[in-house]
Amino acid sequence: MPADKPEHHHTEMPWNDPDAEPYIRIENVTKKFGDFVAVNDVSLNVYRGELFSLLGGSGCGKTTLLRMLAGFEEPTAGKIYIDGIDMADIPPYNRPTNMMFQSYALFPHMTVEQNVAFGLKQDKRPASEIRDRVAAILDMVQLTQFMKRKPHQLSGGQRQRVALARALVKAPKLLLLDEPLGALDKKLREATQFEIMNIQDKLGITFIVVTHDQEEAMTLSTRIGVMNQGQIVQIGTPQEIYEYPHNKQVADFIGSVNLFEGWMLEDEADHVLIESEEAGGRIYVDHGISAAPDAKVWVALRPEKIQIEREDRDEPYNCIKGTVTGIAYMGNLSIYLVKLDSGKEVKVTMPNQTRAAEQEIGWDDRVSLTWHPNSPVILLS
Amino acid sequence: MASNTEPVPGRASTGGRLHRAPGAASIGHVLKAMGIQPRLAVILIPYIWLILFFLIPFLIVLIISFAQLRIAQPPYSPLFICTDPTLADSSWTCFLQGHLKPDLYTQAYGYLVAEPLYIKAYWNSVVTAFWSTILCLLIGYPMAYGMARSSPTVRNALLMLIVLPFWTSFLIRVYAWIGLLKNNGVINNILIAFHVISDPLPMMNTQFAVYVGIVYSYLPFMILPLYANLEKMDLTLLEAAADLGCRPLKAFFKITVPLSFPGIVAGSMLVFIPAVGEYVIPELLGGSNTVMIGRELVNVFFENRDWPTASAIAIAVLVLLVVPITFYQYYQNKEAEAGK
Repeated sequence: MPADKPEHHHTEMPWNDPDAEPYIRIENVTKKFGDFVAVNDVSLNVYRGELFSLLGGSGCGKTTLLRMLAGFEEPTAGKIYIDGIDMADIPPYNRPTNMMFQSYALFPHMTVEQNVAFGLKQDKRPASEIRDRVAAILDMVQLTQFMKRKPHQLSGGQRQRVALARALVKAPKLLLLDEPLGALDKKLREATQFEIMNIQDKLGITFIVVTHDQEEAMTLSTRIGVMNQGQIVQIGTPQEIYEYPHNKQVADFIGSVNLFEGWMLEDEADHVLIESEEAGGRIYVDHGISAAPDAKVWVALRPEKIQIEREDRDEPYNCIKGTVTGIAYMGNLSIYLVKLDSGKEVKVTMPNQTRAAEQEIGWDDRVSLTWHPNSPVILLS
Repeated sequence: MASNTEPVPGRASTGGRLHRAPGAASIGHVLKAMGIQPRLAVILIPYIWLILFFLIPFLIVLIISFAQLRIAQPPYSPLFICTDPTLADSSWTCFLQGHLKPDLYTQAYGYLVAEPLYIKAYWNSVVTAFWSTILCLLIGYPMAYGMARSSPTVRNALLMLIVLPFWTSFLIRVYAWIGLLKNNGVINNILIAFHVISDPLPMMNTQFAVYVGIVYSYLPFMILPLYANLEKMDLTLLEAAADLGCRPLKAFFKITVPLSFPGIVAGSMLVFIPAVGEYVIPELLGGSNTVMIGRELVNVFFENRDWPTASAIAIAVLVLLVVPITFYQYYQNKEAEAGK
């Protein structure tokens, strides 16, 4: 915690403040469908104004957890509190949540305007208020001129914005988004991501987003909960999750990563030395971890943190050699596949700072791979 | 080995092409050779069917409706008469010599308008069909809804039960209702045995029995299109409604019912249209005072042997039904346009 800006720290990162009151509390929630455990003893606190992402592959239980928050599923065990209120016996139509469905679930027989007004009408708001709020929200998502259209007359991106507007217009305590950007193309995704962040900023609503897309989660979220097989494997800010994954699963799921199996040679307070046959050399890390001596560990190394060069370097550690077996030119960066002498394949990315004309490294070149001792992450499981 | 890698000259020339074996010409080729576009042939088949079995019979009925009753064989006047009596024996020669002239009468239609019985029968038919449709809808909708929302195994069993009555003849099923409804029938006997009533309820030969018969017979035609519609409904829409604060019962009327409207229209047409012209049910279950147009048509045709009037009745029924059918068509087109 920086000493000069303590208040700022509290408001921006309430999860680090032991006194902060969580807005949404999920306590030991389990959901079983017959014998299948979809959500397994999940506990999670989300704070007011957060944009929390539940990230995981299909079938990891993230959507089930979201549906329990919305009230479409009853937890088999455990409690859910929203703003201090136990949600156990509250049906979906009485919950202070609104959901944006993956399929958008727009009412096909209603116009855009009627779709958005539907929720307010259920609350029996006066007609003038409904008109004003619908107009304001449609203006925000830039759909005013499509007000009288039916959903089938809209493009995918427009439908997605109607769904968002419909969920937002009631200004719920908690907004649930199920794969909000799943159906959009890349350009539109990026634009919408920022749009969602803007709206979130403007309205201060608490968001919980379910996604399988790590890039989406990284861009949007204040924090991410990585789920696997019904459990939350790690909770942290995008940076924490990316730079300090707890285990191989998380490391592998978030971005791409090179994993080297090895064992501990030295484990000191200020450094760790690992012998890895897979890497074909020793790996020196400039921060200590506490593990049993001779413990089996995995070293995770992100592709962008490796330097690739043709010179035959000779260093005592953090230097491995191999042959280039593949190059993918991606425009802004190039991906190199390097086959180590141990047979393991390593992925390296390099930004293309200059035009490719003087491209140095080619197929079948012998290369040395080096990295900063700060870069690797040591994983025990 | 070396000769194998060298291109064979004969093979190289035909290399890229696909050759159809001679005699393996497709139907399309045959049709093309006959000068018929295959696409046209596909739509030609239903058109030929409709022309043969709908349009031509319809025209015959239309022609007869403009003829005059005759005690003869056939029992109506010819469409054309020869003005030259000397040529009366050969209408062909008469036609060639230009002496053939159409001989049309609107008399039969005049009866329809003038005779209160027919107007009453038409009115009765429409009213009966209307209320039967409403009853079928009220009974059929919950059944279709229940089926669509039950588990797939139960659903198939229920679907089977809906279709099962079709395995027995329609006539026999209507006859069976006589056994249930008559004074010493099953229903009255049970009610008397349990001392609910002392005298049998007169149910047979009443309008009530006609409704029972029509609703019973046409209910599957209401349920099946409704079921097909409700079954494919996206249930997340109901979740979305609940999520936005709508209670289940209200969501049913705001979301489910409007979305099932095409099913309601299709089912209602399938009940209303045949119910208007229904003959067997009012004949067997209805009393002598139950006048319906189908029954009148049979009376006029078989008992009065008045083919022109009978034909006029048939044409009038058709015209009467064109209104709802056109509405149905219009609605279907609109649905198709809306897509998805």
